[in-house]
Amino acid sequence: MQVLLGISARIDRMTTFIGKNVMWLVLAAVLVSSINAIVRKAFNMSSNAFLEMQWYLFSAVFLLCAPYALLKNEHVRIDVISGRFSIRSRVWMELVGTLLFLLPIACVVLYFSWHVFLVALHSGEVSPNDGGLVLWPARLLVPVGFALLILQGLSQAVKCIAFLRGMGADPLRKEQKPTAEEELAEAIRQQRLHQGA
Amino acid sequence: MAEFLIANIAPLMFGAMVLLLLLGYPVAFSLAACGVIFGLLGVELGLLQATLFQALPERIWGVMANDTLLAIPFFTLMGLILERSGMAEDLLDTIGQLFGPIRGGLAFAVIFVGAMLAATTGVVAASVISMGLISLPIMMRYGYDRRIASGVIAASGTLAQIIPPSLVLIVMADQLGKSVGDMYKGAFIPGFVLTGLYAGFIVLLAIFRPKWVPALPAEARTIREGDGSAGLRSLGLLTVLSVGAAMVFAHYRPDDTPTDELIVTAMSVGVGFAFVLAVLNKALRLNLLSRMAERVTFVLIPPLGLIFLVLGTIFLGVATPTEGGAMGATGALLMAMARRRLDFKLLGQAMETTAKLTAFVVFILVGARVFSLTFYGVDGHKWVEHLLLDLPGGQMGFLIVTNILVFVLAFFLDFFELAFIIVPLLGPVADKLGIDLIWFGVLLGVNMQTSFMHPPFGFSLFFLRSVAPAEVKTTEIYWGAIPFVVIQLIMVALVITFPQLVTAGLDKRDAVDIDQVQIVVPEMEDSGNPYADIKPGGSEPPPDDPAAAFKR
Repeated sequence: MQVLLGISARIDRMTTFIGKNVMWLVLAAVLVSSINAIVRKAFNMSSNAFLEMQWYLFSAVFLLCAPYALLKNEHVRIDVISGRFSIRSRVWMELVGTLLFLLPIACVVLYFSWHVFLVALHSGEVSPNDGGLVLWPARLLVPVGFALLILQGLSQAVKCIAFLRGMGADPLRKEQKPTAEEELAEAIRQQRLHQGA
Repeated sequence: MAEFLIANIAPLMFGAMVLLLLLGYPVAFSLAACGVIFGLLGVELGLLQATLFQALPERIWGVMANDTLLAIPFFTLMGLILERSGMAEDLLDTIGQLFGPIRGGLAFAVIFVGAMLAATTGVVAASVISMGLISLPIMMRYGYDRRIASGVIAASGTLAQIIPPSLVLIVMADQLGKSVGDMYKGAFIPGFVLTGLYAGFIVLLAIFRPKWVPALPAEARTIREGDGSAGLRSLGLLTVLSVGAAMVFAHYRPDDTPTDELIVTAMSVGVGFAFVLAVLNKALRLNLLSRMAERVTFVLIPPLGLIFLVLGTIFLGVATPTEGGAMGATGALLMAMARRRLDFKLLGQAMETTAKLTAFVVFILVGARVFSLTFYGVDGHKWVEHLLLDLPGGQMGFLIVTNILVFVLAFFLDFFELAFIIVPLLGPVADKLGIDLIWFGVLLGVNMQTSFMHPPFGFSLFFLRSVAPAEVKTTEIYWGAIPFVVIQLIMVALVITFPQLVTAGLDKRDAVDIDQVQIVVPEMEDSGNPYADIKPGGSEPPPDDPAAAFKR
């Protein structure tokens, strides 16, 4: 078990590392898109490569950050009923869901999308739009994203088992860090105090 | 057994989905799993071909290459940066002081600022938190009824959901296969009517229950002149001058200018005029303007500038809604930097929140697409269509039933789940009944807005509770929200009865000479998408059956 927990911790670190870096692509996408709009208006020039780059970046963000969102327990759940269960039964549910829902579908998608990627790579598939980009890197994002999701799913499963055997913390507990809303409220309160003083 | 399964596989699949979702595992994966399990079952029963699953990568690809959904991270980031820029606080302070001394004035200020924030980007949580921390204490200090004070704040925060640019409308447009630009235009008038209804409710209170919404004493105004006057005359004069400038400008525009372009440009001219006057006055120390006039001008400029940057460019056809979002985010970043409110840590937090939100929202859509691949394959859409088309009362019966359904589901499901699971099932039926999908989308948008404020689960109430002073009881927050939920339902009824509220915003454009529109805004043609030649990656389920090729 300790070995498994060690591997799980490593996966968590890798997921965090990837998530924390990939998230900056949001900023890149914002800049590419604004510049593209301004250039088009100002110089009457439009480039499909730029347009496609936007959704390359967007795809990278959601596919590569999904494992991170899983780690941080951010994926939306419907907890009207499960919210009433004990923590133990919820962790049981989590284990079952990971093993029966997440892992199988991620494997199915990984298998088929890898094939699509290989075809794109060998045929040198290029976007049908004028001046479009080469497509295989975008095709590659799908299998990579789902492979990372599988790893993170395994890590979550290990943590669930460890908890159920009394060897680890509750994997469903969110971090005790203040939420974005709490931080906003705190910032406004601080600012009020300054003004009052 | 097999026969029973074959005959009833669609309802069984739908029921199984509901059960799986209720287990509490993340919606995205439960939905996808339901799709894969029933896909296997369908293959086993001979309903589907085994090659069905090969279509999965294409389903995901369709979500990736989607220009519309790209607006989700853009507007989210814009909202996160903006909420920390201090803009909302400045607005609430100044407008509160301006309106405060009339009866119900603070409540009007909250509604006005709520609508204004909603039109910049609109994050419900952020608006409610700012108002709860800034306006609520002042309202309580001067004797506002606590229920009314909290109700007006919770409701005004939710305006962000319906006034463009809102994520709700973007997702709705995507799911119904309409252009975001049209959805925005359609939602414009209903958004303002709703704001007007909120204000009308306060007017009624000011007349019949003046003690609940008292006027502030004049000395509560801290922005005043050296001689103690409020400086309102100067503000009035400035307003008249700017409106005059805008009208003169509008008058000398060519007659065939499209209405929305005329409004946008004329308003920018008026606002720009006031801004230039205020800057000159300050820089040259002319002392022509009162402090109030100067403050009001300066706090209104940032939000109006952002509204122009986002909505103005979208309506003028300069930018797509996605690019409008990107420009808004850039504008918000620049503004926050100029005000020295942006540091690296804050930027990192905003990125992380945006990335996580984008990931989970888009994954719900991926899950829904995997689900619908099988669901359409087993003719689930025909089953739903059959159920809904059999409703008595045709269009009206359908609208009433779906609105009640969505209203009830909104107690349990969050907006994105409703939009990705329920809306794609309702859309094609609405279309078959001859219902305009923009009208339908805006209608559902107004309806879902309610889910933010109905007690006890409404998010808006939850955020208000987290910042409201302890003496405000939770039951008071709940009671305060009820009149506004009722107003919301009145609005739903109004939109059903008067589709013109939505379609008027669209018709105007059609009334304009089409050639003219094409010369001015070549991008706007019919899709609102300048890249019509690019393969659209719209994620709405195509009207045809995506699984047709895999059926046996």
